[in-house]
Amino acid sequence: MSKKKFALYLGCTVPVRAQNYELSARLIAKHFGIELVDIPSFTCCGFPIKSVDQRSSLVMAARNLALAEKQGLDMVTLCTACTGTQVEANHQLKHDVKKLAQVNEILKKEDLEYKGTVNVRHFARVLYEDIGIERIKQEVKVDLQSLPVAAHPGCHFFKPSEAFENFDDPENPHVYDDLINATGARSNPYSERELCCGGAILGIRVDVAYAMAGKKLASIKDSGSEAMILICPFCNVMYEQNQKKIEKELEQKFAMPCIYYTQLLGLALGYTPDELGFKINRVKPTKILERIGAVSEKPAG
Amino acid sequence: MNENQDAEAVDEVTKAKEPKVIKFDELDPNFKYEIQAEPSGEFITRCYACGTCTASCPVRSIEETFNPRRIIHMALLGMKEQVLASEFVWLCSTCYACHERCPQDVRITEMMNALKNLAVKNGYIHPAFTAQIDLIQGHGRLYEADAFVNKKRAKIELPELTESPDPIKTIFKATGLYLYSSEAKEAGSASTDADAGATTKPEGSKDE
Repeated sequence: MSKKKFALYLGCTVPVRAQNYELSARLIAKHFGIELVDIPSFTCCGFPIKSVDQRSSLVMAARNLALAEKQGLDMVTLCTACTGTQVEANHQLKHDVKKLAQVNEILKKEDLEYKGTVNVRHFARVLYEDIGIERIKQEVKVDLQSLPVAAHPGCHFFKPSEAFENFDDPENPHVYDDLINATGARSNPYSERELCCGGAILGIRVDVAYAMAGKKLASIKDSGSEAMILICPFCNVMYEQNQKKIEKELEQKFAMPCIYYTQLLGLALGYTPDELGFKINRVKPTKILERIGAVSEKPAG
Repeated sequence: MNENQDAEAVDEVTKAKEPKVIKFDELDPNFKYEIQAEPSGEFITRCYACGTCTASCPVRSIEETFNPRRIIHMALLGMKEQVLASEFVWLCSTCYACHERCPQDVRITEMMNALKNLAVKNGYIHPAFTAQIDLIQGHGRLYEADAFVNKKRAKIELPELTESPDPIKTIFKATGLYLYSSEAKEAGSASTDADAGATTKPEGSKDE
């Protein structure tokens, strides 16, 4: 399959609730000569359905894989939860002929068949593996001045590790930190680094989900980081979109900007905050943007 | 306080003092085999109760009722109703911390899916998931791609978002999940493809 051309899998949350992420990811892809092909008939990856019926979830993921395969393309994902679901489903289907046959029996109703030839990777992993840290460093035009930031790729960026072919160490991951450091910002360690955002149980127990996200935000604040760097729109729902509610619930103040990695990298490459969709960010990283001299084309508002 | 209220208060106290014993005649020794028959439930009997999962669990550190080791132990003992009707069964945040560390490769995160899937089959679907089934079946995704969304997208030159709900409905009808949607419940219909029906019909109205 062609090396730098991929089917872009947006999933549910990115195109509706994280348009700044989508905008900046498309821009970064263009910058590095990665062609992203939209497949409008893609549907939900199946992540929420796993809890109810794993068989349905597997067919849902397989349907998306079959659509990408039909166009001869590997799949690139933006949402970490979608990544996990599509990668795991793909792993199962590639290793279990019986499951693949059962899934295809259902896909046949839509004249689709999955043969098992597609590879699925998160966009950040594609940047790491296909573009590379050195090339990213060479392209940096704006000095991010070792800005201390907190890395949070989301659990399903590399776990379960066997489905991800161990491309990163699940206990001591470094890929995402390397990507952040390549921009000139600095991945700053914090005690709750491994903590999950709690997004998956937001609809079940909002208090537990908020406590999980709040615990992480507090730990990041304590570490002296000035922003959180994300690559998952659902982690963003927890840390940015619910930040005010969490602050109220826990009676703590975080005021922690949440920036997508593609926005951070875009700043380093010299794109403007407007081009990178910063107007959509809720917790405004105004101080950071001022310090590195990034200016909007039009005054905000 | 009248007499009735008094009696109720006493009853509450007695109940609270009642020791939480496991009643052996209420255990279902076949429960573990039911779990093993579900996708990703097959490794539950490997557990030797070391507790690495519980120690690693970010939910457990906040909510004590979600204790993976205890849940596995309850399941192995055959405490079917207590597990499937519980709230805790829905509390896994799917972070895979336990999965990566389990020395017996029980694959707990996915085993939790097997438990939840069984809870659904036994009539205990969490209402949050009924809502998600409806949304995904209705729009092909969790969120509607309506005019408002597309106006926002057009403004920053992102391509138009379209919906493909039909293929999802086809899948849900084939697997039987369609029966759990509000549409099917309202129609009172049982029209799924019998040949592929993997999921049993919802029982009762415990989720309503």
